[in-house]
Amino acid sequence: MKEHDEEFIRKLDLIAVKIRKHIIEMLYRAKSGHPGGSLSAVEAIVTLYFHHMRHNPKNPNDPNRDRFVLSKGHAAPTLYAALAECGYFDVKELLLLRQINCMLQGHPVCSRIPGVEASTGSLGHGLSFANGIALAGKLDKKDYRVYVMIGDGETDEGQIWEAAASASHYKLDNLTALIDRNFLQIDGNTEEVLRLESVRDRWSAFGWYVLEVDGHNIKEIIDALLTASEQKNQPTMIILNTIKGKGISFMENNIDFHGVPPNEMEYKLAMKELDTLQKALEITL
Amino acid sequence: MKKKEIANPRDAYGETLVELGGKYRDIVVLDADLSKSTKTILFAKKYPERFFEMGIAEANMISTAAGLASCGKIPFASSFAVFATGRVYDQIRIDVAYSKANVKIFATHGGISVGKDGASHQMIEDLALMRVLPNMTVLAPSDATQTRRIVELMAITEGPMYARIGRANASVLYKKEDLKGLTIGKGLVVKDGSDVSIIACGTMVDLAVEAQEKLLKNGVSVRVIDMHTIKPLDEKLVIKCARETNAILTVEEHSVIGGLGSAVSEVLAENRSSTKFKRIGVQDTFCESGEPEDLFEKYGLTTSHIVKTVRKFIK
Repeated sequence: MKEHDEEFIRKLDLIAVKIRKHIIEMLYRAKSGHPGGSLSAVEAIVTLYFHHMRHNPKNPNDPNRDRFVLSKGHAAPTLYAALAECGYFDVKELLLLRQINCMLQGHPVCSRIPGVEASTGSLGHGLSFANGIALAGKLDKKDYRVYVMIGDGETDEGQIWEAAASASHYKLDNLTALIDRNFLQIDGNTEEVLRLESVRDRWSAFGWYVLEVDGHNIKEIIDALLTASEQKNQPTMIILNTIKGKGISFMENNIDFHGVPPNEMEYKLAMKELDTLQKALEITL
Repeated sequence: MKKKEIANPRDAYGETLVELGGKYRDIVVLDADLSKSTKTILFAKKYPERFFEMGIAEANMISTAAGLASCGKIPFASSFAVFATGRVYDQIRIDVAYSKANVKIFATHGGISVGKDGASHQMIEDLALMRVLPNMTVLAPSDATQTRRIVELMAITEGPMYARIGRANASVLYKKEDLKGLTIGKGLVVKDGSDVSIIACGTMVDLAVEAQEKLLKNGVSVRVIDMHTIKPLDEKLVIKCARETNAILTVEEHSVIGGLGSAVSEVLAENRSSTKFKRIGVQDTFCESGEPEDLFEKYGLTTSHIVKTVRKFIK
């Protein structure tokens, strides 16, 4: 199969490095934003936008497109970088993240940014929104799918569980949710802030089909997304086991980088690490 | 006095949804375990595939409605006013107002006429909460006929909207043909007069008309405005009333803070109006359990209270 071709996976890995470079650049220039949760979400978003989803950047409102909802809106830089690299808007816009009179808001907003499906940032809404898209798809007998990424800390929110119940009640098998399981939220480890384990059992108990993958392994993500789309009569949750700050050595598992951008020195170091990684990948292609 | 014709605006809402459902295939309806009370059950029976029972999960209902709207559906999401606004403020703020989603939030059981359920269920802040949201249109129809017309306008007008009606039966103030030209954002002059203007909305328009009739017998000429749209407010009409009459009185089944009274006073203040002005409504307090008419009496939402206030004005 083409998608399991080693070279193909390496190409996607290379896109992931590019996206990470965009994220670091954007946050450094914006002098604010959320590196940790943006970096942990990269592989899943890259897999969706550059391989798995049916979408057309030239026609962002195509009624038959697959949809992606970023419920953990603070990972906006990852979404924006993916949208720009796909061609939804000029890559130059990325450098204007969070600036006045510019398009890219601190958190996603659907009424202003091409390709953004839902306005998020206040946690807990996105799964419900995705349910609405899935219900509309069923009603209109359309074959599009809807994907939604939620944060692990985000599942502290009660609305997530209202939506979890609703999605299984309505048998939304055209819905795939992904949870960015990086174990860190602002006040600390998710298990210390408000215990989430067993994440798998919780979602199973709500009637979801649950898969678990290495959230930085694109091949595993591809397989899980395919398995999810074959499920009937129930929604699928893919638990992405991830590392907050993934890809930048000093940001990994470091809660200090939840909502603090890199300073000049950190920026240079991070870009150097990513450059090295990029070169190593390019040689193999 | 001739006995007035009575109709329930909730029935009008449910029946209109059914009517519109046949005409507009994109209309979908969501409810949070109150469909028998909000009357969305009528739509549910006729179009079960386009009705979504969301259970007692209002936050999920609003965000789901926004998702449906993003796919071209015209969702009407219903619950009691207290659960349809305050409980889900953040969902309305982000998913509906900020996103400019074509979601129609239609609330029943607004105000204190809910009665015996008490203050927990008596929503007197909803117009205020919805009015401060950018992009949001806020409506409070006054009788069953107007409710029908407003629901129709909501369905065919793009954008985030909130409407509230009460629980109880209401006097029929209009015939269908009276409201053909009804426009969102344009108040109705129900009775013309030259001494005092009463600007009312929702359930209180009926009382304002009653007060007008009583005052007329005493030689006081009162103009009654049915301000069914709280936002965007018909500023021109407010200014016209300030110019042409000597005093303005607002009447609403809502807190005097943040709703119709506040909206009118903002217009008057900014236009340097020296018109005498007073707000009738719930005076910054939670009310209590009781029969609706006893509550109206205790909290000053009666025809006689309106009459008394107008008399004081013209002294």
